[in-house]
Amino acid sequence: MDLTTKYLGLTLPHPIVPSAAQPLTKDLDSLKRLEDGGAAAVVIHSLFEEQIRTEASNLEHYLDHGTESYAEALSYFPAAEEYVLGPEEYLAHIQKARESLSIPVVGSLNGHSTGGWTEYASKIEQAGADALELNIYYLPTNPNLSGAEIEQVYLNVVTEVKGRVGIPVTVKLSPFFSSLANFAQKLEDAGADGISMFNRFYQPNIDIENLEVDPTLHLSTSAEILLPLRWLAILRPQLKMTLSATSGVHTAEDALKLIMAGADVTHVCAAILKGGAKVIGEIRDGMATWLTEHDYESLEQARGSMSQASCPEPTAFERANYMLVVHSYRG
Amino acid sequence: MATHALSIFGDHSDVMATRSTGWGLLASGSIQEIMDNALISQAAALKSRLPFVHFFDGFRSSHEVNKLEQLTEDDMRAMINEDLIREHRARALSPDHPVLRGSAQNPDVFFQARETVNPYYRDCPGIVQETMDEFAKLTGRHYHLFDYLGAPDAERVVVMMGSGGETAQEAVEHLVAAGEKVGLLKVRLYRPFSNEALLAALPTTVRMIGTLDRTKEPGAAGEPLYKDVLGAIAEARADGTSPFATDPRVIGGRYGLSSKEFTPGMVKGVLDNLAADAPKNHFTVGINEDVTNSSIDYDADFNTEADDVVRAVFFGLGSDGTVGANKNSIKIIGEETDNFAQGYFVYDSKKAGAVTVSHLRFGPREIHSTYLIRQANFVACHQWGFLEKYDVLRYAAPGAVFLVNSPYPTAEVWDHLPRVVQEQIIAKELRFFTIDGYEVGKAAGMGTRINTIMQSCFFGISGVLPRDEAIEQIKGAIRKSYLKKGAEVVAKNNAAVDMSLENLHEIEVPARATSTIEMPPTVRDTAPEFVKEFTAEIIAGRGDDLPVSAFPVDGTFPTGTTQWEKRNIALEIPTWDEDICIQCGKCSMVCPHAAIRMKIYGPEKLEGAPETFKSVTWKSKDDDFQNLKLTIQTAPEDCTGCGLCVEVCPAKNRAQPKLKALNMEPQLPLREPESVNYDFFLDLPEFDRKKIDPSKVKTSQLLQPLFEYSGACAGCGETPYVKLLSQLFGDRSVIANATGCSSIYGGNLPTTPWSVDGEGRGPAWSNSLFEDNAEFGYGFRLTIDKHTETATELLQTLAGPIGENLVTALLSADQTTESGLWEQRQRVGELKEKLAGIDSEQAKSLLSLADYLVKKDVWIVGGDGWAYDIGFGGLDHVLAMGRNVNVLVVDTEVYSNTGGQMSKATPLGAVAKFAAGGKPTAKKDLAMVAMSYGTIYVARVAMGARDAQTVQAFLEAESYEGPSLIIAYSHCIAHGIDMRQGLSEQKKAVECGMWPLMRYDPRRAELGENPLILDSKPPKIPVKEYAYGQNRWKMLTQSKPEQARKLMEQAQAEVDARFKLYQMLAGNGGQD
Repeated sequence: MDLTTKYLGLTLPHPIVPSAAQPLTKDLDSLKRLEDGGAAAVVIHSLFEEQIRTEASNLEHYLDHGTESYAEALSYFPAAEEYVLGPEEYLAHIQKARESLSIPVVGSLNGHSTGGWTEYASKIEQAGADALELNIYYLPTNPNLSGAEIEQVYLNVVTEVKGRVGIPVTVKLSPFFSSLANFAQKLEDAGADGISMFNRFYQPNIDIENLEVDPTLHLSTSAEILLPLRWLAILRPQLKMTLSATSGVHTAEDALKLIMAGADVTHVCAAILKGGAKVIGEIRDGMATWLTEHDYESLEQARGSMSQASCPEPTAFERANYMLVVHSYRG
Repeated sequence: MATHALSIFGDHSDVMATRSTGWGLLASGSIQEIMDNALISQAAALKSRLPFVHFFDGFRSSHEVNKLEQLTEDDMRAMINEDLIREHRARALSPDHPVLRGSAQNPDVFFQARETVNPYYRDCPGIVQETMDEFAKLTGRHYHLFDYLGAPDAERVVVMMGSGGETAQEAVEHLVAAGEKVGLLKVRLYRPFSNEALLAALPTTVRMIGTLDRTKEPGAAGEPLYKDVLGAIAEARADGTSPFATDPRVIGGRYGLSSKEFTPGMVKGVLDNLAADAPKNHFTVGINEDVTNSSIDYDADFNTEADDVVRAVFFGLGSDGTVGANKNSIKIIGEETDNFAQGYFVYDSKKAGAVTVSHLRFGPREIHSTYLIRQANFVACHQWGFLEKYDVLRYAAPGAVFLVNSPYPTAEVWDHLPRVVQEQIIAKELRFFTIDGYEVGKAAGMGTRINTIMQSCFFGISGVLPRDEAIEQIKGAIRKSYLKKGAEVVAKNNAAVDMSLENLHEIEVPARATSTIEMPPTVRDTAPEFVKEFTAEIIAGRGDDLPVSAFPVDGTFPTGTTQWEKRNIALEIPTWDEDICIQCGKCSMVCPHAAIRMKIYGPEKLEGAPETFKSVTWKSKDDDFQNLKLTIQTAPEDCTGCGLCVEVCPAKNRAQPKLKALNMEPQLPLREPESVNYDFFLDLPEFDRKKIDPSKVKTSQLLQPLFEYSGACAGCGETPYVKLLSQLFGDRSVIANATGCSSIYGGNLPTTPWSVDGEGRGPAWSNSLFEDNAEFGYGFRLTIDKHTETATELLQTLAGPIGENLVTALLSADQTTESGLWEQRQRVGELKEKLAGIDSEQAKSLLSLADYLVKKDVWIVGGDGWAYDIGFGGLDHVLAMGRNVNVLVVDTEVYSNTGGQMSKATPLGAVAKFAAGGKPTAKKDLAMVAMSYGTIYVARVAMGARDAQTVQAFLEAESYEGPSLIIAYSHCIAHGIDMRQGLSEQKKAVECGMWPLMRYDPRRAELGENPLILDSKPPKIPVKEYAYGQNRWKMLTQSKPEQARKLMEQAQAEVDARFKLYQMLAGNGGQD
């Protein structure tokens, strides 16, 4: 079965790409396992803006703290010739990944402001990344900031990064935009080569015993594909750029649904964390089997077949649908 | 050398102690000479076949920054003869051409063999001179065994060695220029001492020689250099080779012990003494020795510094980076201009809130001034609070510039100055500048590190360099210093530089002083006389002026004096919410400075309490503890603001869980009211020790701490254990303390943190040496036991007159509880009364020993550098001897006091000095070593992980009638952690299995039980989760990532294996 797909201008043999998550891509061995497991490409975990800004300051603080104060101990650590700080380490990781893997390597930058840190976009390109994912992680809490201003922040980052690099750039989005369709269009206009839907924000919990905010991260389930599925179906007919689905892909059926809704690529994370890299091959093979059994010629034939433009009930993706679901549930 | 006290500062006592080894001794006086003589001594050692000690003055030279001409590798190659290296190698022990060295010799031959070295000593001075001559050809700097400078026809000559010679040079050149016939002879090669070279170097016109020894040799007829010079002259006279028509008279004196200031005025004083009709011999200079009147007078205002030398003094905090910035300034000026530059830095003996004073000189000629600046033309005060504590402007010369970092708006700065400071500014006609460095620092993202800001201001005002060039140079230096730490750090420093000059303002000085702010007294009026007359002088920075007669003769000082030194270094202090408090006692337990305390008392005691004094009903199920009030009180002026108490506090405000029962609040508004509250708190009676259960954390904290307000780092991880010891056993303990942090915060003048209770009892403490501390404490035990034994014998002998009942009661007393101890003390009191009425030698003798009938504890305290390394042999010996001593090892896993050198306690993979690539081997398991004897009580504790186990271990160790060893995890500034999180670091160390809590009690073995109890659960987090939260491990991932990964794997494997071993030995899976 022909499962080939286009992702940010790259031709991939199939659409299953592990998503940017630290545990999946932290070292070369992990990356090799993903490639051996059948990944079509890898998105390396993000380099964080905070990391770039604070790691150097922290190192400096702890190396200097308490020094030049007391005659017998003018310092507390030996001086090293040079330090490889987080950003450099990350770039070296990209470079090694590029050298060792035969599948495309996508770098990832996580931040939200314009300024010095976006220079790392070009450094990631120089390190050999085939594309770049911008993970604009931003939780607006300032009541004086309007939605339009927030959108402008995103657009500024995209414009600035696109101005720095020649490789394709995709944007990982949050689902919380007033007018997602409008904003996705603006991103495309600003030069984005793709969007990835959706970022799963870390949702803090509360520990009622200890009165603490508990920073837990729950792995996704197949139920979570429904949110990206709807928006893929809506946006597919409206946009030319690459659409990636991320959230909740655990099975070949999950992936097929998202492809049919309009995704070019489906990212996988939780399933690999649970089942290991072999899951990638299982999903890929499962898709091929299903398509064969159902007499499809290729994956391409299925892509977008259930988008709002092509599906038999386009309104099902819109608001009226809500009433129907509620009604059917009560019934 | 440790004599009556330890001093780490510079003098020649240590060098003099090495004389009998026969090594060559080559002295350097300047920074250039230190580099040059390193090469000369190396080359001469190879040629002469004598080992050399090349020495220079500790601190005055070792910590001075000065411009020098650097030797090149070519210079070094040219000076070292490769043939000699090969010959040296050929003499090495090798099985390929075996020899035996270090035989044991008998009376028949030892003496002759010892004399075989004579030709080498005879030839050595000549070889050194040849080497110096060769060196001169290469570099143009020509040294001699003795270098004379001054008038060729000098009549009075000073002979000395080391850094003092630089100051003497400056003074002598000044006097010669004024027409005086004086000179200076610098001794370079002190051993082998060449009489011929000495005599040849002196002008034949000399009538009076003043030798200056930087050492004291009590009991000798004179100090070493004095006797060497005297001997050379006498010998030459006797054998007819004297170059003098009339022999000069030699007068010897001492100066500069422990880096005591040595100034041109003192040099002139020495020369004046030589000119006196009856010169004082065996004199001292630089101090007021008013007991035997050995000191000579000198003119303290005698000034030899040229007007074209820029002299700048900076007052800073250790934590604000002042010293680092000044070192950078010296580099900039020294490297980028033709000027010479010199820096010297005076540090604090306190680690929390440490004050630094930087002395910088810049000038067109070489700078020989090896003494502190007295007349500065630039004085900077980087901390406003210093203006009320120190006489900052005593350093200012008339017309100097004065720069202050002020937290006030420019218009208000003048009015906030203390009156004395205003008066000095007016009287000395100073130009006055100010900047709000913290505001600039905040804006630039630098926090409280205002170093770059104040440095920019210095360059902006001083004009040492043109402004723009200076700014460019500072930025260049920032790039060099910080680039390896990341571009962001460079960027924020640069931003600070740019903002500094915009925010620098000159203040027009009014004609009259108007301030009503007075300098507070150094200590309160209620302090004891000794503190007011002696201690306060040191605190105020006038220790140099104290005469010898003011001192105790044998290094003995009263304890409990830190209470008079109110340092006010905390920006924020904890405040207590009594309604939220669950009365657990943890805050008091973990406070490193005994600055938060708890007391319970009857409600009637609250009469007359200050308005804001807080109390709450004490919760207890015990009948004896009903109807009592509890107060948890902060000592606002002693707290260092470390925040450990707030972090450990488990009680949260339910409505606002960000608030706890303790919360940090700004100190300044609380200082007055809380001081009044604290005084009231201290006056409340201590609760009866007999009734307190010491085995619970909560109640243990009702015991009065007898270790308080030390100079340890804010958030220190060692002192909470030391304080706990003082609470539980302080009234009956003698402490032998190894050298290290605990001897510094425990016994560094001016004030003493070991304290006394209401009865006047408390820990008696002494430091001996680093290496012998266990034996030192063992000696205490033997002495105490002998005293007790003698007292027991005398008691039995005197049973008749004393009374059988009392004697029996005294000898059979149970002293295992506080009540038992109290009762025994009552009996001893009764005994003393009876003995006073018995007129016999035996009764007098028993009276002097009666206190030894009450149990005495011996505690041997020290860090891991002592216990694992330098004092290990002795510790092992003492533990093996089976006597009742208690050893507390405050284990920071590194030599903390000397700046983080690796010890055998350093864990695998951690970076330390001498382990820059991460320690490749695992930590020595000292507990396992001690357990192997089977007769030693051993505990490993971590207060931050399980405080109850800590208390239990201390009580068990003390009650065991044999040797006990407690190894206590002590978080440390040298770990590179947020010290406020120190206790969570301890918890993680235990949770990852790296620090298994355990107690090994030989008494359990006697009962047929397993003596080992593992108090830790099996590891529940990976080692790296603990380790990578600390810079000592983390930094390796940033400097050598691959190495870090490998070591972390090994560390994890090692921890797993060791924990399993403990589980196996304990026969359990690790209990809760």
